[in-house]
This record gives sequence, C-alpha cells and structure tokens, in this order.
Amino acid sequence: MEFFKIRRDIPFMRHALVFNLISLATFLAAVFFLFSRGLHLSVEFTGGTLMEVSYSQPADLAAIRSTVDQLGIKDVQVQNFGTAQDVLIRMPVQKGSTSGQQSEQVMAALKAGDASANLRRTEFVGPQVGDELAADGLKALAFVVVGIMLYLAIRFEWKFAVAAIIANLHDVIIILGFFAFFQWEFSLPVLAAVLAVLGYSVNESVVIFDRIRENFRRYRKMNTVQIIDNAITSTISRTIITHGSTQLMVLSMLLFGGATLHYFALALTIGILFGIYSSVFVAAAIAMWLGIAREDLIKATAKKEEDPNDPNAGATV
Amino acid sequence: MNRYPVWKYAIILVALLVSGLYALPNLFGEAPAVQVSVAKASMKLDPSALARVEDALKSAGVAADAVSLDGTSIKARFANTDAQLKAKDAIQKALNPDAADPSYVVALNLLSRSPAWLTALHASPMYLGLDLRGGVHFMLQVDMQAALSKKAESLAGDIRTVLREKNVRHSGIARNGQTIEIRFRDAQTMEAARRTVADQFADLTTVESPDGAEFKMVATIKPVAAKSVQDQALKQNITTLHNRINELGVAEPVIQQQGQDRIVVQLPGVQDTAKAKDILGRTATLEIRMVEDSAEARAAETGSGPVPFGSERYLERNGQAVIVKKQVILTGDNLTDAQPGFDNQTQEAAVHLTLDAKGARIFRDVTRESIGKRMAILLFEKGKGEVVTAPVIRSEIGGGRVQISGRMTTVEAADTALLLRAGSLAAPMEIIEERTIGPSLGAENIAKGFNSVTWGFVAVAIFMCAYYMLFGMISSISLAFNLLLLVAVLSMLQATLTLPGMAAMALVLGMAIDANVLINERVREELRNGASPQAAIHAGYDRAWATIIDSNVTTLIAGLALLAFGSGPVRGFAVVHCLGILTSMFSGVFFSRGVVNLWYGRQKKLKSVSIGTVWRPDSSNQVATN
Repeated sequence: MEFFKIRRDIPFMRHALVFNLISLATFLAAVFFLFSRGLHLSVEFTGGTLMEVSYSQPADLAAIRSTVDQLGIKDVQVQNFGTAQDVLIRMPVQKGSTSGQQSEQVMAALKAGDASANLRRTEFVGPQVGDELAADGLKALAFVVVGIMLYLAIRFEWKFAVAAIIANLHDVIIILGFFAFFQWEFSLPVLAAVLAVLGYSVNESVVIFDRIRENFRRYRKMNTVQIIDNAITSTISRTIITHGSTQLMVLSMLLFGGATLHYFALALTIGILFGIYSSVFVAAAIAMWLGIAREDLIKATAKKEEDPNDPNAGATV
Repeated sequence: MNRYPVWKYAIILVALLVSGLYALPNLFGEAPAVQVSVAKASMKLDPSALARVEDALKSAGVAADAVSLDGTSIKARFANTDAQLKAKDAIQKALNPDAADPSYVVALNLLSRSPAWLTALHASPMYLGLDLRGGVHFMLQVDMQAALSKKAESLAGDIRTVLREKNVRHSGIARNGQTIEIRFRDAQTMEAARRTVADQFADLTTVESPDGAEFKMVATIKPVAAKSVQDQALKQNITTLHNRINELGVAEPVIQQQGQDRIVVQLPGVQDTAKAKDILGRTATLEIRMVEDSAEARAAETGSGPVPFGSERYLERNGQAVIVKKQVILTGDNLTDAQPGFDNQTQEAAVHLTLDAKGARIFRDVTRESIGKRMAILLFEKGKGEVVTAPVIRSEIGGGRVQISGRMTTVEAADTALLLRAGSLAAPMEIIEERTIGPSLGAENIAKGFNSVTWGFVAVAIFMCAYYMLFGMISSISLAFNLLLLVAVLSMLQATLTLPGMAAMALVLGMAIDANVLINERVREELRNGASPQAAIHAGYDRAWATIIDSNVTTLIAGLALLAFGSGPVRGFAVVHCLGILTSMFSGVFFSRGVVNLWYGRQKKLKSVSIGTVWRPDSSNQVATN
C-alpha cells in the first residue's frame, strides 16, 4: 500500500503567506474567545466540591438542582456525566462549612429524594490548592517552552527554535481557544494533554528541519524555497502516518475511555490535527521568513571535508 | 552489514526475559484477602497469632488459599468475597474478644494471586492508584503558625521561670504573635536578662530597644529552631494520624509528608468517608484530675458501692477502675511535650512531661497541697475517657517539669509518652483536598483504560501490518515489546498507576510507533532511490536514528516539565509518559533492528524486502517488492 504518490515537490512555500494569514486569523480568533469567554476551569483550579452521583433511572436534573438549592448552597451546577443516569454536581467553595459536611448534606438530601442515588465519587479542593495548581501549570508551560527552544537552538539554530516554538505555541492557543469557545471543562488531565501535545508536535517540526538541513548538504543547487518544499514533500507521508497512528490511539481513548478521559482525548485530537497543519505549513514558513540559509546550518566542518586541490570539490553525487 | 553481534541478541533476550517475568504478576489478578496487623505499637505479631488465625478459620469452616506471616502483618487469601467476609468476622472474634478495645487491626484487602516464587523475586503487580481501586484521598494542611505560636508560648513561660530563678526582675513577659516581649525598668537588668536568655535558650535571638521610660527586649525563634519546630509538629501529626487510622482497619494506608507543611492520607478501599474524616479530624483531649480517695470511692472502685457524688469512674488500661473527681485541674492545652526517659535516681523508666507557664503554676499549687494523694491523667477520645496513668504525688512539683514513674517498663513509658503526645495534634490541620472514589467506579476505570489501550493497539497494529507488510509486523511486535517493557518497569518501580497513567500508556504507544514509521519510510525511500535491499535497511535505520533522538528529546522535555510541576493526576500521567518514551527508544530501534537483522541479515543476495509498495515517480509501473 502507498497513500502518497507524489511526482514532483509540492510548492508549499509558494502559498506560505496565505497559510500564515490563515494561522494568524485562527490564532486571533482563539485569543478573542479566550478573553471574551474565558476557560471553563475545573474544580481542581477554582476550588470547590464536585460530586458524581448515579441513579438507577435517568436522573431528573431539575429536581436535583432544587434539592441542592434548598440546602442554601449557591451557584450549583448540575449536569449529566457520560450517561443519563450519572449526574455531576459542582459547588463552589462555601464559607463556614467544611467540604465533608457539604457533600454529606447534599448526599443525604438526594437520598431522601430518590433512594437509588449512589455516590460514586467526590472531590473537594480548597482555594489555596487551586491557585497553586494554576501557577504550577504556567511554570510547566514555561519550562517546556524554554527547554525545547534551548534544545533546538543547540541542535539546529535559533531561527529554527523560534519558528518551531511560535508554530507550536499557536497550536496550544488554538486548543485553549476551542476549550473557551465550546466551554469544555479545562481540568488537570487536559493541561497534561496540552503540554504533551506541545512536546509531540515539536517532533514534527524537528523532522522537517532535520530534512531541511540534510537537503542543504545534499542539494547545493537548490534555493531555500525549493529545499523547504522538498523537505516537506519527502516527509509528508511520514507526518500523516505517524499522526494517524497516534490519532488511532486517541480515538480509542475517545471511544472507550469514558467521560473522564473525554476532554483529555479531545484536547489531544485538536492538538494532533493542528500539529500537522502548523508543522507543515507554519513552522517552515516562519523559518523561511526569518531567513534561514545554507551557511547557518553547514558550519566550517563542511568546508574542511573539501580538498582545495580537488577539482570536483563541492560536487555531490 | 545487517548483522547483530551475539551480545546484542543476548541483551535483547535478557530484556525480554526480565520484563516478561516482572510483567507476569499483572496477569494473575487479585484475590480477596484479610490482613491482620497489630493495633498498638508495643505489640508484635508472632507465630502464635498466626496459629490463632488459622484456628479461627478452621473452626469457622472457611478454607483459605494461603495464610502467611510477613513481618508486620498476617495475610490470608480467599477464593471469593463471601469467604473473605466470613473469615474477617471469624478472625475479628478470635483475636479481639473485647470489641471496644481491639488489639489487632483486621482489614479487608486485595492480594495478588501470583505464585509464591514470583513474590520471592519481588515481582508484584503494578500498584493501582485510588481512582482505579476506590478509596479516599485527603490532603491536610498543617497550621504551622499555630505550632510556632504554641512554641513561643511555652518559651515565654520558660523564660519567666528562669528569670525568677536567677532573680532578674522584669516588669512583664508577654507573647506577641510568635515573638516574646520582655519589659525591664533599667538597662542593667535587661543586659543581665539578655545574657541569661542567650545562655539558656539557644533557640532564641534577642533584640533590645528602649520603650518610653522602660526597656524592651524582643526574643524571636531562630529560623533553624522554627524549622525544627515545624518538622516536629508535622512528624507528631503524622504519628497521631497513624494511630487514629489504625482504628479504621485499613489494609495499606498511605500517610506521607508533602512539601513543608502538608500531609497526604490515602485510604484504599475505605468507603465510609464520614467516619474517616471524623477520625482524622478528631481532637483528643487530655485532662489531669485528682483521684477521689474517700472510703466510698474505694468501695466504688471494687464495684461494691455507688460512685460518690461529684466523681466519675474510669478504667485504667489494665482494666482497673479509678474513681476521679469531676473537677479538671489541667487540660492537654497546657502540656507542651511528653518524652520517655529514666528517673535520675532510681533509673526506673519514666515519662517526662513539660507544662507551659500557666500549667506549671497550677501544677505547683496543686501538688503542694496534695502530697501523698493520687492524681490521674485521662485521655478522652470519641467522648470516651481512659486513665492513662494515676501516680502518687510524692512532693511539690514546680517549674513545669513533671516526671511520671513507677511500675512501668520502658516500652510502657514510650507508649504512654506517645499517647500523651500523640493524643493531641501538635498543630491544627485543615483538609484542603479530598477525593473519594467508589469501588465500582474504580473497576470501571480499569476497564476503560484497559479497553483504550487494547483497541488502540490493535488498530495501530492492523494498520502497520497492512501498510508495511512484514516490516509493519515487526513494528507491531516491537510496539508490543514496548508495552511489555513499560508494564514491567512500572511493576518493578511500584509506581502508582492511575487512569491518566493508562491514558499516557495509550498515548505513548501512539507516539512510539513514530520511530518505526520513520524507519520504514526511510527504508522505502532508499529503495525508491535505487539502493539495494540490504543497503536500504542499513541506511534507513542509520538515518532515522538522529531524527528519532531529536523527536524523543522534545517529547521528554514536556514529560519532565509535567513531572516537575505536576501534582496528583498529572504526575501519574507524566511518570508513565517519560518511562514510555525511554522504553520506546529501546524497543522501537534496538529491538526492531534486531528482529529485522535476524530475518534478513543472513541473506547475502537479498532481492527484495517485504515493506509494502515502493512507488517510484519515474515509472508508471509500481515496483512491488514483496
């Protein structure tokens, strides 16, 4: 089997400007939604109590809501979780009562309403923990960005490092934008997924950059644009296949992982799809705008190999 | 060119064997079990307890699959949960005849079904996190400021005593937050006091300043001392929690320090969170009262008369009744420390108590008036009182240093000190995080994680085999090997597996296949450019290697960041993620190359390799090489 029967190099860079404009537009839209709607942060970040209750029959959300309201707990969210029988109840931090009292109170009231109510899990996070988690999340993001940039700058060159990070951070913002637009719950596992995707899709850029460097060495007559086009064309089959394989795994999580892994898998899916787009269309283009050249990558070592007396110096076979 | 030396195959073989061995226990699953451990620190589990457990099971007619004693606990394994529950009741009855005062903790547990020889090799199944087995997780924040204030309070009292002994006249000592302020009328006295404090209180630093007409000296706890106060407070709270959790009958409780001022408590299998929280948050109170020594009281002690008015009857730990007055002399709030030790003169085992200033004053007054009488130290827990000890007062005791001695072994002294100290918390604690996972949810989570990994793996393997033929099959085998390695490493490290961890497992498999795709694509490309099959394999592996390293390093950077800054579920994800990336380098490159070499390496005149269609743009004919 062969999916990719490409005769000539695809002139990706001819449309680089268009791609970059599309990226910019999506990016700006994501930023807009992030600011206008904000992320729907989970209890882990905001602090509060979360209860998962299951019923033997499809649950009556309105009845549950009024039961909880009667206890005098404000701003309660009640929603289905996975199936119609399972209900998720979210309560903000209440002053004056400890977590334990709150969840027990609610559970007692729910049991009184419907004896089949069964507490499957509770989660309580104090406000101080939430702030710490948010701070740690940002620290982790900073660590990843700096770490990857340093590595790429040492392994390749700063222009590649900048290009790869811009391309991939734009993926991260777009994932966040999706979560803001649809108001999907942003929890700790989602944060983990976002950072994992960041590391993973930088891979993609690395593979292409690797090929660009190799091409600079091999094809001395090609100009930068041709070299980039060739590099992307010759790696695109691999890009699509590996992302496809990873997506198969993620799809399996989406299908079998249940409600707990749902948003985790969703974040990965968006990350993988935009990862392909940004590595293929955005990262190389940014590197091109930044003005990568043969001299950047092939340092003095390459010259040493050439014998000045050799008439065929510089020629490659 | 595509041959591996023998030692490389030996490495692969050893890796396969070892990982197979250590991953094996996961296949046997877990059996319901009953675990018996001692409830009191002074007791030891011995073979006689094992014999009693076996007898209890025999008389109850419950057949255990295995009963064993290993150091700190006796474990009995059963075929099903019915037998387990029956056995628990039988053992409970046999070992704890007095249900109100249990000397053994009998708990339900799950034990690996893996055979004894595997256990002897320390091969045990992966440790499942709470979200997979059900249970309660608490994070408690210790109020360190309160611990420091308490320390400052007791130091203030000590300073007062010492200054009085040295005849240094001050015009007031007061605790202000965590500092101690001492006022003086003149500078000379202050200087004398400064020297005394510097001499006797190594934990304090002092700053002097004139304060209106008077002079003021402010003593602060040194940072080093403050740190040791906090460490001790944390340790004592952990000890207290241990003692309390013993009562709950949890098989494998986790009580750990986290950071400077936090304690994580995990109770697998516990469902009754209300009770757990009640026990964790319980405040034991200590009271010192006088023993009633009238004739009526004597009669009441032996049970031959009513308890006199104004008194109460409590039991000592050895079961002897003591009649004490209702009036409370001191409470545990005035007790700052309790340490086991020895009497200076008689070398008997003793418990040394330290009281704060207020406590010391009251204690001195009371003891002066009641020499020859008995006083009782009572510990109240769950509203139930118990006499810890009831010594006779031999002389007036001043200075707040109290020694309890007589009729005590060293173990008893240590136990009493622990009880006095650990009965109460060193500093108040607050639950700042709490998670409860029901057992059915845990089982569902295991199934979900397992299905995600399995079906994802199957889908990827089918695709790889269809697209890359034999090379795809080899890639799938290395992917399976990667999974085996990962499970083996996780089992060896006994790292906690959580649902996010299982997600990481699925994700890492999806990412690990990247290495093989890179190699296979590269080999195809070499073939497309006209390389001979052997050269193509060689070049494919060689050239792909650099790229694989690069891409794994970037993924690893993200993984390490998650490990460093993540907590809870994120950390579980990160551990599996990082380990998976490392194992994938071994399986995806080293191992798969080994298999390819074994298959093709020996054929000198290799015409074609089975890697699917190698399509050439220059000819309209496809070159099928398989």
